[in-house]
Amino acid sequence: MIAGIDIGSRSIELVVMDNDTVVRQEHLPTTFDPVRQCKSILSGLEPDRIVATGYGRKLVEGMDLGTTVETITEIKAHALGVFRTFPEARTVLDIGGQDTKAISLLPGGKVGKFEMNDRCAAGTGKFLEYTATIFQIPVEEFGSYALKGDDPPVINSMCTVFAETEATSLMAQGVAPENIALGLHKSIVRRTVNMLGRVKLAFPLVFVGGVAHNPCMARLLADSLECVPGKDIIIPETPDMNGALGAAHWGGLPR
Amino acid sequence: MSESVYKEMWENLNLDIPAHDGLLEVLGKFYGDIYLSQQGRLKGAEYLDFVLSEVHGLRIKEIMDQKAQGKKVVGTFCVFVPEELTLAADAIQVGLCAGAEAGTEAAEALVPRNTCALIKSFVGFKLARICPFTESCDMIVGETTCDGKKKTYEAFGDLVNMHVMEVPQQKNATDRDMWKAEVLRYKDALEKLTGNTITTEKLRDAIRIVNEKRRALQRLNELRKATPAPISGRDALLINQISFYDDPVRFTRKINELCDELEARIAEKQGVAPEGTPRLMLSGCPMAVPNWKLPYIIESSGAVVVGEESCIGTRNSRDLVVDEGDSLESMLDAIADRYMKIDCACFTPNTEREDNVETMAKDLDVDGVIHYALMFCQPYAHEAFKIDKTLSEAGVPMLAIETDYSMEDVEQLKTRVEAFVEMIK
Ligand code: SF4
Ligand code: SF4
Repeated sequence: MIAGIDIGSRSIELVVMDNDTVVRQEHLPTTFDPVRQCKSILSGLEPDRIVATGYGRKLVEGMDLGTTVETITEIKAHALGVFRTFPEARTVLDIGGQDTKAISLLPGGKVGKFEMNDRCAAGTGKFLEYTATIFQIPVEEFGSYALKGDDPPVINSMCTVFAETEATSLMAQGVAPENIALGLHKSIVRRTVNMLGRVKLAFPLVFVGGVAHNPCMARLLADSLECVPGKDIIIPETPDMNGALGAAHWGGLPR
Repeated sequence: MSESVYKEMWENLNLDIPAHDGLLEVLGKFYGDIYLSQQGRLKGAEYLDFVLSEVHGLRIKEIMDQKAQGKKVVGTFCVFVPEELTLAADAIQVGLCAGAEAGTEAAEALVPRNTCALIKSFVGFKLARICPFTESCDMIVGETTCDGKKKTYEAFGDLVNMHVMEVPQQKNATDRDMWKAEVLRYKDALEKLTGNTITTEKLRDAIRIVNEKRRALQRLNELRKATPAPISGRDALLINQISFYDDPVRFTRKINELCDELEARIAEKQGVAPEGTPRLMLSGCPMAVPNWKLPYIIESSGAVVVGEESCIGTRNSRDLVVDEGDSLESMLDAIADRYMKIDCACFTPNTEREDNVETMAKDLDVDGVIHYALMFCQPYAHEAFKIDKTLSEAGVPMLAIETDYSMEDVEQLKTRVEAFVEMIK
């Protein structure tokens, strides 16, 4: 039995595999005490090997869990997770809580090239989370809300804080909030498309990470890449589990 | 590293003592974490540890003693300043490091915020009065390389005695003529400063000293081609850094001794990392003391650094002054020619650098290159694209990193570097 665990800034995901079959998937919020959350998500399990990924991967290494712990980066984990589910995929896009990554895949799920956002949260899930608060709606509903817009203003600021200022001043000018919400989504998509270009985007593209649940992001991405959703752009059923899945998959590979 | 025996000397240099103590403490801690923690280091590294532990102590005392006997001290920020001339004028040349964040806020009152960390650092060091090297200088030489530096020297000139050399932007015959004239103008400035005349004999001796220093560094780089890597990239970077402020003759002797030890190691197939450890090369902006951040991250991510294509690296040691010749004139020409070969990103076009990076990557048999640009450094950030193209055509993977001296992006960098290492394994 192998456990893959992905410790992100917002949530911790767990995928347990037995004989190459997923037998359990779970997630918990990271909170301010990720070590406790990791212990709690792993409690009752006695895996032969744990593979940790995500920005908190080193935490698990130091936890003394009485079993082999290995770590791989999120880049490798996402590449492997996508390869496992969609072996034909050529590019991976992961938008998570505070990171955005674009990865080009080589045969066998190997990483060809990758790009990550630099130190600030522009263009990540955090951006959406932060800007959703201006509209006083939960981030989970922000995408469907934005899809009601039809005439989005151009939001130029990439910086999360400046984008908020820009959005508030648009509101003051009387621009419909749905349109502003749509404009904010568009600004992330623009940035994402640039990043995909830098890894030489090829289809099929698999979109993973928590933000892949956002319907507006999926739609805008397909629009701006002029491609067919479901064929050129694929979103797995549980996109947020992809990192943990890749980690578990890695744990099961022959050494 | 804080040695109170030197306190009086530091006070005489008008250092801000509490701030300086703070700097030494940070430096000492950093050094302990990054250097002294290494396993299986060379015996010759004792020299490095000693020089670094005495960087603001014994070395400054030596310099001050020589100053008391009438020697002058020249500070530099760039490998374009011909050390041969400085030594021939019987002066001491020191590279002013600028590898740590200090006095940033004060510096930002003199230079724009979006200036690279290296520039902010040398301005900050001066304003905060914490660098005994800067304070001991009788003249500081600037050069017209990037815009950031050349505009900063205007403001910096109000604080110190500056001489600015004009470095051309291209490599045509007219540029070479202009550069030769600048070399002569620097010679005049040195003669005026020191009261000494640069004679044929003195220049010949100085050329030999500097060539020998560069040969020792070349020898070191040559030995780093071995697998497994016989020395860590961190130690090799430190050697390059020390080459800018230790006495050149002593440095050469010590590095040659260290190379003897390396040869013995290589013969026994000993290394700092097991065979098969991914070999990486750094390329880009110079990393000044104590900017060891990226090499440390790389070498904590399961890779080893085997080369530095930068000014604190091969860009400084690759070329020698060919003529150790007879007439003053021919030696001055040889100096001008040698320095015109520097492939700094401030030149346009700068295709030599692309070729040099590719050759070096092949010679060192690297698995990948990490291109390093300081944030806001236009010249190197531009060239990152070109180098990426060249290397990808040569089948060498490259990761481009832009960062500064702060520690806030360390986790991010670790992830990127580790992912790159996973990718090339
Ligand atoms: S990178 Fe260019 S400007 Fe900087 S030290 Fe080197 S030669 Fe001088
Ligand atoms: S790192 Fe770049 S911007 Fe900074 S001084 Fe050197 S060339 Fe200029």
